[in-house]
Amino acid sequence: MSSLTSRGTVDRLLPSFSPVRVVAEDGVPLAAPEAYELPADALLVDAFRRMVVGRRFDAQATVLTRQGRLAVYPSSRGQEACQIASALALRGEDWLFPTYRDSVALLARGLDPVEILTLLRGEWHCGYDPAAWRTAPQCTPLATQTVHAVGLADALRRRGRGGVVLALVGDGGTSEGDFHEALNFAGVLRAPVVFLVQNNGYAISVPLARQSAAPALAFKGVGYGVASEQVDGNDLVATLAVVTAAVERARAGEGPFLVEAHTYRVEPHTNADDATRYREETEVARWRAADPLARLERYLRGRGLLADGGVAAAEEEAERVAGEVRERLGGEMEADPLEMFRHVFAEPTPQLVEQRALLAAELAADAEGGER
Amino acid sequence: MAAALNGALRDAMRDDGDVLVFGEDVGPLGGVFRITDGLTAEFGAERCFDTPLAEAGIVGLAVGLAMGGFRPVVEMQFDAFAYPAFEQIVSHVAKARNRTRGRMNLPLVIRIPFGGGIGGVEHHSDSSEAYYAHTPGLKVVTPATAEDAYWLLRDAVADPDPVVFMEPKRLYWARGELDRGARSAAPLGRAVVRRPGRDATVVAYGPAVPVALEAAREAAAEGVELEVVDLRSVVPLDDATVTASVRRTGRCVVVQEAQGFAGVGAEVAARVQERCFHSLAAPVLRVAGFDVPYPPPVVERAHLPGVGRVLDAVFRLQFDDEPDRTHEVSERAREVSRVAS
Ligand SMILES: Cc1ncc(C[n+]2csc(CCOP(=O)(O)OP(=O)(O)O)c2C)c(N)n1
Ligand SMILES: [Mg+2]
Repeated sequence: MSSLTSRGTVDRLLPSFSPVRVVAEDGVPLAAPEAYELPADALLVDAFRRMVVGRRFDAQATVLTRQGRLAVYPSSRGQEACQIASALALRGEDWLFPTYRDSVALLARGLDPVEILTLLRGEWHCGYDPAAWRTAPQCTPLATQTVHAVGLADALRRRGRGGVVLALVGDGGTSEGDFHEALNFAGVLRAPVVFLVQNNGYAISVPLARQSAAPALAFKGVGYGVASEQVDGNDLVATLAVVTAAVERARAGEGPFLVEAHTYRVEPHTNADDATRYREETEVARWRAADPLARLERYLRGRGLLADGGVAAAEEEAERVAGEVRERLGGEMEADPLEMFRHVFAEPTPQLVEQRALLAAELAADAEGGER
Repeated sequence: MAAALNGALRDAMRDDGDVLVFGEDVGPLGGVFRITDGLTAEFGAERCFDTPLAEAGIVGLAVGLAMGGFRPVVEMQFDAFAYPAFEQIVSHVAKARNRTRGRMNLPLVIRIPFGGGIGGVEHHSDSSEAYYAHTPGLKVVTPATAEDAYWLLRDAVADPDPVVFMEPKRLYWARGELDRGARSAAPLGRAVVRRPGRDATVVAYGPAVPVALEAAREAAAEGVELEVVDLRSVVPLDDATVTASVRRTGRCVVVQEAQGFAGVGAEVAARVQERCFHSLAAPVLRVAGFDVPYPPPVVERAHLPGVGRVLDAVFRLQFDDEPDRTHEVSERAREVSRVAS
């Protein structure tokens, strides 16, 4: 055994030194990158439509927090290119592991908008059936989902039925131990898994510079033997091309992949956050100008793939979805307190049965007006 | 209470240049609950700083800094987000003194906002104190008043041993008097009688204390005088104050917000039974959260032990000399619901 590391082995794992980009900020196409096949035109038009709907949905969700209909909402605004690309790069048999910030990815994946918002309303369950949608419950404990994604990818491989897993994680999440363990497991197991880091510049108030000293987060792959790439995450065309290539590579049995998408969280961390305490408005303005939706629209129009009619149709659909969300989440949330005991175990323990009876008696007494 | 905690950190940092404060978002943002507000501005980013997002790393770093002579005070952002640090806390923070025959101590503080009642989404309302209290080598304290928040935190920072400092989130915004000149008798390790009463003792800590006090006010209206004991310090536990009270009253209810099974309340109840058996006129009762994952905001009121549940327990303390049969009743209910389901 030689302890020599060949340069070629390392080079094959390294990301590009600058993020892959296909469309300039003003929507003008750049020279197509050699390493990537560009998505089909029809898919890009579809992506635009989903992005318009996603943005409207996102704005609606933020409004719902002000009305007290949602407990909290972490906005996807500014990150739509990453999220739409995540959904569109996957096939039906593939799995997605989202975080709390990825509502728009779930919407683009076809999940019901109200089910997507279930956890954020403050429910204790995720609303949708993970197996039916091949979508894990949105995950809040940071980076913990990345290890699950590797496990599931290994399960798919063992069953031999194909399928790739895409795990989403934030820039802050890459500092957690679990993220590193996930990369290491993925490398060792050669699991069909892709990690997409949405580097939106901040973990709540902490900027990337205080989060990591890596040349770019994508360089975290090489140490674990995981191939990697970095991409302009506000360029839908580039992001979709890179994530799709990573997913197809994993599908072909060529192992795990790490993508870092450079993007920006335009809104505060959540509706409860005050971003003025830690960042300048000029910085936000600069990123607003680099809006992924406007960029894609200009690009598609420039190529003659989209006209006013297409935009209007997308906006109409977006209004319809927003209206539906408003309507379905308009009422008070109803919940039966006794459901608390229902899904703790398959069979409740004797103690839970006892506690349930106690609460039922209390509720009955309250209903009779016997409240103390 | 938030202001008292902030003041305690500020004063501790002023008094001792080795006190360092770090964690997630504790710098310019001042922490998500603003407990560290202004500390970076006053003491500089060398002494109050944001870390990368890694709880195991934060506590591990604190261990190393404490070994190097500093007094780290770290913040875990929420109860459930301290779990990645659990191994560091249990295997290292708690055991350092013991594994070195007392040669290495770790004077560090791990601050953890805990508990519910704030309408939080999942993972934001856990009561995790029992995990720490169950671990030998960790002191575990939780204030219920602004005054105690200040002095307990000062004590914790000055303590030679590691302290897990649990901050009841729902009391952050509670107002209270704080006299920084007049130190209340060292609260770490000492329970306090918050309200005297002769008929029964209600033992509570952290977020359950205001509930116990409110129950005492309502009970008084019905002619029952409750004595409310606030533990303040779960470890070390002040058996003396608790048992003295129970021996006086002859009856005891233990209230905790946390799920009941294998909890702190169970420990207190067992110790009272062991020490006060011959003074007791009724079994010691516990009032606790249900043994379920913390429920969503819309039904959290049904989960949290409230005044009603405390009073129900109080009135089961056999003031009429009749044995309490509630448990037999609930066993019957269990049979019925088994048949029904
Ligand atoms: C283990 C853990 N620690 C802390 C938190 C609290 N928290 C929630 S989101 C967040 C910032 C995450 O930043 P990043 O990974 O960049 O994702 P973003 O929110 O920017 O999408 C923090 C600290 C958490 N959810 N889980
Ligand atoms: Mg981020």
